[in-house]
Amino acid sequence: MPARCYGPTVATNGKHPGDAVRVRGLRKRYDRREVLRGIDLSVPAGSIFALLGPNGAGKTSAIEILEGYRERTAGEVEVLGEDPALGGRAFRERIGIMLQEGGLEPYLTVAEVLDATRTYYRRPRPLDELLAAVALTEQAATRVRRLSAGQRRRLELALAVCGSPELLFLDEPTLGFDPVARRAAWDWIRDLAAAGTTVLLTTNVMDEAQSVAHRLAVLVDGVVVAVGTPAEVVGQGVELTVIRFCLAQPAPELPRELVRAGALVAGDVVEIRTKEPTRTLRDVTGWALGQGVELRDLTVRARSLEEAYMELVESARA
Amino acid sequence: MTGLTLALRRARLENRAFWRNPAAAFFTVVFPLVLLVIATMALAAPLGGSEQAARFYTPSMMAFAVVTACYTNLAMGVVLAREAGILKRLRGTPLPGGAYMAGRIGQAVFVATLLAAVMALYGALVHGVAVPLERLPMLLLGLAVGAASFSALGLAVSTIVPDAGAAPALINATILPLLLVSNVLVPLDQGMLATVAAVFPVRHLADILAAAYDPASPLAAGAGWRAMLVLATWGAAGLVVAMKTFRWSPRG
Repeated sequence: MPARCYGPTVATNGKHPGDAVRVRGLRKRYDRREVLRGIDLSVPAGSIFALLGPNGAGKTSAIEILEGYRERTAGEVEVLGEDPALGGRAFRERIGIMLQEGGLEPYLTVAEVLDATRTYYRRPRPLDELLAAVALTEQAATRVRRLSAGQRRRLELALAVCGSPELLFLDEPTLGFDPVARRAAWDWIRDLAAAGTTVLLTTNVMDEAQSVAHRLAVLVDGVVVAVGTPAEVVGQGVELTVIRFCLAQPAPELPRELVRAGALVAGDVVEIRTKEPTRTLRDVTGWALGQGVELRDLTVRARSLEEAYMELVESARA
Repeated sequence: MTGLTLALRRARLENRAFWRNPAAAFFTVVFPLVLLVIATMALAAPLGGSEQAARFYTPSMMAFAVVTACYTNLAMGVVLAREAGILKRLRGTPLPGGAYMAGRIGQAVFVATLLAAVMALYGALVHGVAVPLERLPMLLLGLAVGAASFSALGLAVSTIVPDAGAAPALINATILPLLLVSNVLVPLDQGMLATVAAVFPVRHLADILAAAYDPASPLAAGAGWRAMLVLATWGAAGLVVAMKTFRWSPRG
């Protein structure tokens, strides 16, 4: 299946792009607990890279090491060609960070917080553009403490972007966004990436990762268990298609070859996973027509990232 | 943008937020002023007249104002900003850490200066108690050294506060007893408690400011310099501790 079914691919112009982030054998230990156990990652410049994994998998530890907040226990880390542990003002000029939570002065207004942070950078984006991009233009004069949780989160996103960073770190960026704000935020992030910004994000929203990320890695208990394009991670070698329908009652038994092909029956819902969607669909519809049975709510779709992710996490923990 | 410009901008921003925060503005600004007015009225009789009371309380409330603005207010502000993730976010921007701290200190010093000026005016206009002109340099130097030292100590104490919930109790526990025994809130010039207080910085700041207001004070003869030295030494120690242990992120 071609990768474009899953989202955009990075334009390489025929050349191999450089890596904005390169990590080899990264380890992090807190006291006796090792939360990162030898991680390798490469984030191509200008791409959107999603780091997935259950709570406590080590996502935030990994991203905060790359941001320069935490020191690593072992391994090689290169961010924009620099070691983030030694990164000074010049390094922070080139990155933008959206933390998992907080960081806003409650008694200042939206415009005051944004404007103050803009002055710390040499190439700030225009205030109006930032406000418009996160739909806070009308709240410009509102104090932060009067904003809703979603509005605060949007302000934090604007703050991360306000210095025109080469590399943008987003830790669970759309947590608490309503669907409209979520879509607008992703459109903006896609535009930034298209203009050359590299984006490294963590998320637990799988369909979001699937549609927006060029590449992703799944982190479970401090180990990368899968890495690649969304198509590669979903496929994991076997490209599965899911056929699903409801059987009107009373219905005859499914033919044996379909049951063997992997039909899951829950109540009157039948779900068949197949590597040969064309043939299986013909078998199912042929059987249904022959029996005079209606296949209600029939859907045919590719296996989702969420399903692949659940299997990866379960098998990694088994 | 240079570090100095950034520090000044930070100070202005902190100041704007300060006046919009009712708790900070009340305890730091209103409380010392109200205390000064009440003390000069209520304690006029026991202290031998309202002029006597004003002669004691005008400089002592200036000391109190310096301590609340530069120590209590600064430490509370830094702890709350740290626990809210504000310091962590700023740490991820090109803003130099020193510019942030200078901005915080600048805001505290501004409030302390404002309060001292209002108190000086109150003492002079309401009670006819003023600083003799030849002692004005002593008053200003004492205020400056006191503000610098208590700012450094405020930054230092912020590092031992584990979280936002513990901040008011811990910060006040380190300073209220000293304010009580250091001839500031109540006259307490002699005895064991006064001897203990002489080890700590609050008493020395109070002594310098009181001496500036009292032409007969023996401190002016040279002991003023000793008090300044003790105060500055405490400040320097606070600065060393602050620089070594300052945290930009909440624990964990």
